[in-house]
Parts: sequence; structure tokens; C-alpha cells
Amino acid sequence: MDAAAALERLREISSQVRAAVIFERGGKIVGSTLGDEGRAKRVAAEAEALLDDAEKRRSGATGGAEFAQLDVALRDGSVFVVRDGKRLIVATTAPEPTVGLVFYDLKSTLRELETKPKPAPRKRAPAKSKARTTRAKKPDAKS
Amino acid sequence: MRSRNVLTGVLLGAGSVAGTLVFRRRLARRQERVDVYFGDGSMVSLAKPGEAEPLLRRARQILDLAG
Repeated sequence: MDAAAALERLREISSQVRAAVIFERGGKIVGSTLGDEGRAKRVAAEAEALLDDAEKRRSGATGGAEFAQLDVALRDGSVFVVRDGKRLIVATTAPEPTVGLVFYDLKSTLRELETKPKPAPRKRAPAKSKARTTRAKKPDAKS
Repeated sequence: MRSRNVLTGVLLGAGSVAGTLVFRRRLARRQERVDVYFGDGSMVSLAKPGEAEPLLRRARQILDLAG
């Protein structure tokens, strides 16, 4: 599934998500619900910086475990960042969302992106028309 | 008459306790915080203004940009 289709599906299944950007570390934008590419890039850059700040907090507390996901609850809404492999998704929601559900939807979106679309069924070659074997009319015994 | 007053007092007291609990729970929910989850299942929650502030600032910026 491509990024646009995955984000479209996210919007369909999750009414809580307002905007989302799929990106890779280093600033590569994979897909976005924001119309403006520049805005999407800035959102991804801020999300990456947020992630870097969050990862600094893990030292001591969690050893060397990799970052999986985060949510920031603010008065005006919430910000979520979820990682799956090399891809990340950052999403914004209204205040007090159902956190578990949003995480699940974002993770599903990233996983759907990984799945390759099924190849279109190959068209069948038109059946070879059998050479008609018409029996030669038997000479009528009577005639 | 006296038992009625006692009952009123008890009801008022119970009501105010319940109201305080609901208010505090709502206030706690509205508190700005950052929850970070790691691959091994551990989680770090940052709610103190000092430690959470840089992350909260970035998140506010994301909310503004995303509209």
C-alpha cells in the first residue's frame, strides 16, 4: 500500500487523528495529510528533534532499549510519534484522545505501508481456438 | 428534625468529597505530560515542568504547524 492510501485509510478509521506525517530519519517525507510539503517537512523535523530529546531521557532508566512510541498530552491537543522499522509517523489529535487506540491505528498505518500490494492478476491469454475438426459428412448410405 | 440536619450534613460532606475527587482526576488528566515507550516495554513519564518543558515546547510547535 502506498503512503497516500495508508494515510487515507488512517483518516477513515481514526476520527481522533487531525493530521499525520510519515517520514524517515534524516527528513525524508514518505507521506502527509498536510497539503503543504514545506509544512510537512517542518513537522517531521520537529518530531525528529522531539524524538532525540526523548531518547536522551532513556539513559539510566531503560538501558539501551530502542524508542518505540511517545505521546505528549497538551491542553490544545496531543502529539504522537510511533516508529516501525526505519519509518516513523507523527500525528496530532484533539485533547484527551483514547491513547491506546491512536497508538494502534498509527502502528497499523506504518505496517500497512510495509505490505506490498498484491500483483494484479495476469490476464489470461485468449484460449487458442481449436482447429475445428469437422467430420466430413459421411456419405449417406442411402444416397 | 436533628436527624434530618445530620443527614443533610452527611450528604453535603459526601457530595463535596466526590466533587473534589472528580475535579482532581480531571485536573490530573489535563496536566501536560510526555510518555515515552521503549522497545523492551519500559516507559518513562515526564510531568515535572523542568524536565518535560523542552519536549512540551517542541510538541506545541508541532501542533501549531499541523494546524
